[in-house]
Amino acid sequence: MTEPRRSPEELLARIREEEARAGRGRLKVFFGANPGVGKTFAMLEEARARRFEGMDVVVGVVETHGRGETAALLVNLEVLPRREVPYRGVTFHEFDLDAALARKPTLVLVDELAHTNAPGSRHEKRWQDVEELLAAGISVYTTLNVQHLESLNDVVAQITGIQVRETIPDNVFDAADEVELADLTPDDLLTRLRQGKVYFAEQAERAREQFFRKGNLIALRELALRRVAERVDAQMRGYMVEHGIRETWPVGERLLVCVGANPESARLVRAGQRIAATLRCEWIALHVETPGTASLTHADRAALVENLQLADEFGARTVTLQGRNIAEEVLAYARANNVTRIVVGKPTRQRWVAWVLGSLVDRLVRGSGDVDVYVISGEVEDRPRRRPAPRPPRSPLWEYGFALGIVTIATGIGWLIFRQLSLTDVAMVYLLGAVVVASWTGRGPSLLAALLSIALFDFLFVTPIFRFAVADLRYLLTFGTMLAVALLISGFTLRIREQAEMARERERRTATLYALSRDLADTRNRREIVEVARRHLAETFSSTMQLLAPDEVGNLQVLEPVAADPALDDKEKSVADWVYRRGELAGVGTQTLPGARAMHLPLIGTAGPVGVLMVRSPDISRFELPAQRHLLETFAGLVGGALERVTLAERTQQARLEVEAERLRTSLLSSLSHDLRTPLGVITGAASSLRDRGDQMSPAARVELLDSVLQESDRMNRLIRNLLEMIRVETGSLEVQKEWQPLEDAVGVALLRLDEQMKDHPVTVALPPDLPLVPLDAVLMEEVFINLLENAAKYTPAGTPVEITAQPIPGAVQVTVADRGPGLPPGEESRIFEKFYRAPDAEPGKGVGLGLTICRGIITAHGGRIWAEPRPGGGTQFHFTLPLSGPAPPPIPVEPVEPLEPEAA
Amino acid sequence: MRRFLRAALGGTEYDLVEASTAREGLAQAAGRNPDLILLDLGLPDADGIDVARQIREWSRTPIIVLSARGQERDKIAALDAGADDYLTKPFGVGELLARMRVALRHAQTPEGDGQPVFEGGGIRVDLARRQVFRGEEEVHLTPLEYKLLACLVRHAGMVLTHRQLLKEVWGINAITQTHYLRVYMTQLRHKLEADPTQPRLLLTEPGVGYRLRAE
Repeated sequence: MTEPRRSPEELLARIREEEARAGRGRLKVFFGANPGVGKTFAMLEEARARRFEGMDVVVGVVETHGRGETAALLVNLEVLPRREVPYRGVTFHEFDLDAALARKPTLVLVDELAHTNAPGSRHEKRWQDVEELLAAGISVYTTLNVQHLESLNDVVAQITGIQVRETIPDNVFDAADEVELADLTPDDLLTRLRQGKVYFAEQAERAREQFFRKGNLIALRELALRRVAERVDAQMRGYMVEHGIRETWPVGERLLVCVGANPESARLVRAGQRIAATLRCEWIALHVETPGTASLTHADRAALVENLQLADEFGARTVTLQGRNIAEEVLAYARANNVTRIVVGKPTRQRWVAWVLGSLVDRLVRGSGDVDVYVISGEVEDRPRRRPAPRPPRSPLWEYGFALGIVTIATGIGWLIFRQLSLTDVAMVYLLGAVVVASWTGRGPSLLAALLSIALFDFLFVTPIFRFAVADLRYLLTFGTMLAVALLISGFTLRIREQAEMARERERRTATLYALSRDLADTRNRREIVEVARRHLAETFSSTMQLLAPDEVGNLQVLEPVAADPALDDKEKSVADWVYRRGELAGVGTQTLPGARAMHLPLIGTAGPVGVLMVRSPDISRFELPAQRHLLETFAGLVGGALERVTLAERTQQARLEVEAERLRTSLLSSLSHDLRTPLGVITGAASSLRDRGDQMSPAARVELLDSVLQESDRMNRLIRNLLEMIRVETGSLEVQKEWQPLEDAVGVALLRLDEQMKDHPVTVALPPDLPLVPLDAVLMEEVFINLLENAAKYTPAGTPVEITAQPIPGAVQVTVADRGPGLPPGEESRIFEKFYRAPDAEPGKGVGLGLTICRGIITAHGGRIWAEPRPGGGTQFHFTLPLSGPAPPPIPVEPVEPLEPEAA
Repeated sequence: MRRFLRAALGGTEYDLVEASTAREGLAQAAGRNPDLILLDLGLPDADGIDVARQIREWSRTPIIVLSARGQERDKIAALDAGADDYLTKPFGVGELLARMRVALRHAQTPEGDGQPVFEGGGIRVDLARRQVFRGEEEVHLTPLEYKLLACLVRHAGMVLTHRQLLKEVWGINAITQTHYLRVYMTQLRHKLEADPTQPRLLLTEPGVGYRLRAE
């Protein structure tokens, strides 16, 4: 037996579904035909049962409508407090989504799924709240009436005559894990109604009577039952697919719905969804943007966006194409995508217009080949057609002048050749003129030229001359031909121009995106990305933006904020936060959080969201145009990619630095332990030998051992001193106590301390006598000199001199310590000041490489700077500056010079 | 540290009395009436500076403070509180003994009644005649220079804080003008030292004060 095969798409879809379902909460819908059938009651009863089983159940929002039996079921259930939303003086009590998310129970009861939230709430609709709960892993029980289902909305309206505005997309209902039908026969319901047990708030009393007619109730009940049955059917089918049971019906259908920029197209979308549901096939909502789209009214634009969103909610793939000829684009797309059926609206043009210009339906049907075309009535509303056909752009005045000029020239030529040649040739000249005008200008000037030519030709050349009468009827044909040719050619010209314009527009978009991606490719850090994005957004969309990206701990931060941007308050940030977490579009111009000041686009990288683009525009409705929205989203995609690249690069760099730091730590530890243990080893060895065998040693050997103990102790003392000093420099606990004093003092102290170490290096000190007092910390400065001199002693051969000089420079004193050693390796001049730097060829035990770092720390703390450079003539010189900052010391009182008298004569 | 001092001073003419806490030290100082006190600033139960101050309230016994590097402020505080000298750890026994000798000598000769003539490092100061010689040549000093030098000579071998010197030479009002002191010290060095940038006689104790080398 062969294994029944499933297509990869099916498998993929099932995997996606399972993935989405794992970690998601479960949704159970208590479904009813109309109010009063006991949905809420059934929901509460079941919730109580769950609670009894020990499940963590919380009531998010339940409307009891004052019914005692329902309210009684709420006892012993935890009820979340409602959120108060003040709006225009009225306070709404809405479901508190954030509280529910924070409380995170296993199950939340949220009544009336189709409810519309008060303005200012995060989501426009309650079902979006429920989506978020489910996404957060919280299961939800909810209730729903059949008339609130989007796809049945029209049908219900037809049956009951009442238009219900609060609807939910069908896919929300279809995605529910469980649907329980709360059913009541119409008779029982009417009984309950008479007993006052039914609350019906949506409409006025009259509407209520109209609604609860037995006929209506039966019809609605049938609708609800059928919808549930369909669901069961779908489940059955899903089961069969899942278990590889071969389907008996043909597949491979694909439906295409042509969506226009008018409210009537919404019916097409609903119809398309029903057909697609019946055929159980994929469907596509296609809109073709023509040059006329740019001149759409705001209302039409909104209608178009709504239609496409509706289709999206119904599970359609939405596609927007650009082209001049809608029929051609539709057919080309249909062929390329194996579409089997096309749904199109009934033409709304007057019959004669359609007869002259042809209609979309005609052209579709003619070119459809084996594709079925469904023509659905776009029921004409009672309102008049409000939109004139898109007007071609008005011709500028010069075109009319051009037309007049050409006609004048044609008349002149005609006048000249009229005597010699025949009248037909004159007509040809006029025709040429008309063609020239038509091919260069718009429709108006072409028409003007043609009519003027005819009039002049008739008036000047056709007998009877100088009268508008026509003797020979044949000339009427000439006139007609001239007019027709002029109109045709100007038509073509216009079309070519429009196409060129569209091509230019397309090219401009491509160029824009190319320029952006090229500039983004050059960015190396977040600041540059923000700069580039900001510039391009201003150029392309005349909009301002902020870019938000998470910091190290994952909190969104605005990158390079523009000061005083009012869009940067906490509310906007919380919107951005939501967008970042959910990876969905929100803010003004969208369905989610439309009350926000800016539009927030998630920036999605390859591994998830990387940030949020906050766009503000004086004309945010521009982004409702699919092409513009698409361009903006592509824009955001490019920025997101760049941001991710830079973030990854930063992380790599960070990791590299950490490895480097780790390596340094390791090498430091090993060298430190070596430098500390070596003298300790000598001391321990010498001391233990002296204790155990001291009396057997010669006095000279004892002295030598003792000397080594002293030397090594001294070395350790220096090392520990440096380490402690380093810690003070590093931790910033270096206290500089500056006092005005001569530099000489500090140099002298250091030299005295280094008597022993410098015995092989003659030190000369040359300080100019006019050197001012310098504000310095004597103790720290001693350290600087000691380290510099020790350094010189360590790295220069014995016998070479060391010179200390100083000179006043503007605002400071510059001190130089110069040696005649081998000099620094080239390029190492600044690295030598780094912590734990040691010359590449330094022998071990010469020090841990802290001295110069300490010098730099001390000099920096004094407000000066220190650097090294090769000394002319060989060797190295270290310079440092000490600024003469702070209040100058008061002058020293002048002492009268008088001879010293002996104290006691 | 006590163990080291016990070992180091064991073979000398001094008798050692040990105390491990401030309380014990104060009791010993009162009970045994020593000739000299070595006071470590790092005490387990009290501040060494307070101990110096308390001893100074009733005793003129010389005090030498032992402290670690980087505690300049404590040193100054201890000296101003009445300590006579200080030693920075680690130090050699030779240095310790030298300081002790100087301190004991000063304690034995009452204030102002010191040796009338100081000789050392190639200079000779005759306090009685107010004359200063470098080698055989008389050096002319201004009155303030002389006053400063005389002050150092009277405490030869001991450290004098900036505060003490300023108070002595310029008076109590100039006590914060340390740059007076530094300038005059430089002038003195230029007149008395062989190489004023590498002084061998008028020594700077960084952050604390000055000392005239006595031996």
